[in-house]
Amino acid sequence: MKPSARSRIPACLAAVAALLSSCGQAAEPGGQTSETTGVQILHYFTWSDYVGPEILAEFERREQARVIVDVFSSNEELLAKLQSGATGYDVAVPSDFMVAIMRQEGLLAELDATKIPNAESLGAHLQHLPFDPEQRYSVPYLWGTVGIGYDSQFITTPPDSWSVLWDSRYAGRISMLNDQREVFGATLRWLGHSLNETDPRVIEQAKHKLIEQKVLVKTYTSDHYDQLLASGEVVLAQGWGGPVARAMKDRPSIRYVVPKEGGTIWADCLVMLKSAPQKDLALRFINFLLDPEVAARTSERLLFAASPRSVGSLVKPAIRSNPAIYPPDELLGRLEWMRDVGQAVRVYDRAWTELKMH
Amino acid sequence: MRRRWSWLCCATWTTILFLYLPIGVLILFSFNASRLSASWQGFTFDWYRLLANDRSLITAALNSCFIAVVSTGLALCLGVSGVLGLEGLRARQQDVIDSAIMLPLVIPEVMMGVALMLFFVTIRMPLTLATVIIGHVVFNVPLVMVIVRSRLKKLDRRLTEAARDLGASRWQVFRRVTEPLLRPAIVGAGLIAFTVSLDDFIVTFFVAGPGATTLPLKVYSMIKAGITPEINALSTMVVVASMSLVGLSLLLQRKFV
Repeated sequence: MKPSARSRIPACLAAVAALLSSCGQAAEPGGQTSETTGVQILHYFTWSDYVGPEILAEFERREQARVIVDVFSSNEELLAKLQSGATGYDVAVPSDFMVAIMRQEGLLAELDATKIPNAESLGAHLQHLPFDPEQRYSVPYLWGTVGIGYDSQFITTPPDSWSVLWDSRYAGRISMLNDQREVFGATLRWLGHSLNETDPRVIEQAKHKLIEQKVLVKTYTSDHYDQLLASGEVVLAQGWGGPVARAMKDRPSIRYVVPKEGGTIWADCLVMLKSAPQKDLALRFINFLLDPEVAARTSERLLFAASPRSVGSLVKPAIRSNPAIYPPDELLGRLEWMRDVGQAVRVYDRAWTELKMH
Repeated sequence: MRRRWSWLCCATWTTILFLYLPIGVLILFSFNASRLSASWQGFTFDWYRLLANDRSLITAALNSCFIAVVSTGLALCLGVSGVLGLEGLRARQQDVIDSAIMLPLVIPEVMMGVALMLFFVTIRMPLTLATVIIGHVVFNVPLVMVIVRSRLKKLDRRLTEAARDLGASRWQVFRRVTEPLLRPAIVGAGLIAFTVSLDDFIVTFFVAGPGATTLPLKVYSMIKAGITPEINALSTMVVVASMSLVGLSLLLQRKFV
């Protein structure tokens, strides 16, 4: 055995190890700044397409920092990722109920209110919310309602009750969300209960109503009902306001209503993670996103309402007056936040499975 | 006899149609002028233009390429040396190790993803781009070994023995005899590994950390915000890239056999 042969193998291994560790360092969340340029790096964990590139560029210019965006596709995915020990993210955007869960799991850092002056101008209905009553861990960012998108060409008298989703005239042209709490929530509100009902008998009653409705429903979907509405495949869709507003662009006869019995109000909130490596920059980023002018641009692009009070006067009038995007003030009293139902979640699970199997 | 042939022929075409029709529709609708996938409203390149200007997508694509290049390189180093090492073992041992190598190829990817993630958490290694690369190396090494080993078995052992007899060192034998003979298999395996790494969703999903959003992860999360032809356009690019790499790999392997 010549020495040359032997010595090369460890050399190769060393090179491989060096390569691995160097790319480990490049992505190492603990590394506060990239060593070559001294630029601070912020990791933003959010929904796909939730932040406009020009907004990021503006923040990067202002702070001389870099923002790296990673995306998740559901609240559960976000939670799983963080619970499994992924660290290095600074700012995330969970929905209301997930804020409560993440708080209980000890994943969130307290926000220093003095560093987020823009958070003080939130609308009254977005303050002291059930999932974070003391407003210590989260700031509502984008919000909206769940209601009914309908095609006014076919449904000439504007519906004002969830009961329209049980109208057999529209059999096969109705879509419902593929979300057990939202589907049961709408039914429960229609039946005069809270959408956070925990009484198994009442949930059972709602289940029977939904089984009755199932023959009329074309599909349960949370992803593409805007397309179904816009292409005319369905004329009634339970859904979030934003996608319905998107469908209006393609088919102007689409309208949106939150029925008189009331419905869900939701908010995606900005939070800072306890493990955030860049806490100061994170707070500045949260404050920046809540800047009324920046938030107005986000609102116009995503067709969701933004939380700062003064955003209403900054967005285009057509956006402000669209009830699918900005719920009218008189509606606010009829909206309810989705809460953790505790043990009753099993009752919902079983009822939902039975509905789907029926 | 003739009837039977036409029936089989028909079955073949149905199978091909079954496999490629969805992809065909996907590609077709990436040129649709309408945002809605339900109706065709004329031809456009707009969605591709949108793609080219989407910073988050470009970042994801670069991440994917970087991960694929590095993990393929590492998998080749480990895989080829592993195969050569195997040759020196006794037949019984080879059989055992052979099946051990095959195992990662047949266990469900979800298991592999969960196992890797739990492993990283246990050893307290933060999830980053590096963990994704390691994850990809794990499923690519067996792939490389299977391909390279099948080629190595066909080689005439006398060639290397002759080289040794003529005074070449082991390294020289590898550089001048074994590696050139294995090269088509190595290149082919590399291209396949690159493609698998580029397309992988499940393992990546579990082991990705900050700054490691790959193209497949990005596509998956985009669907949540509504399916637009932009996703069709992106998927078309991925399909074309993957297919040309696999095609190239097959071509290279055939050319040198």
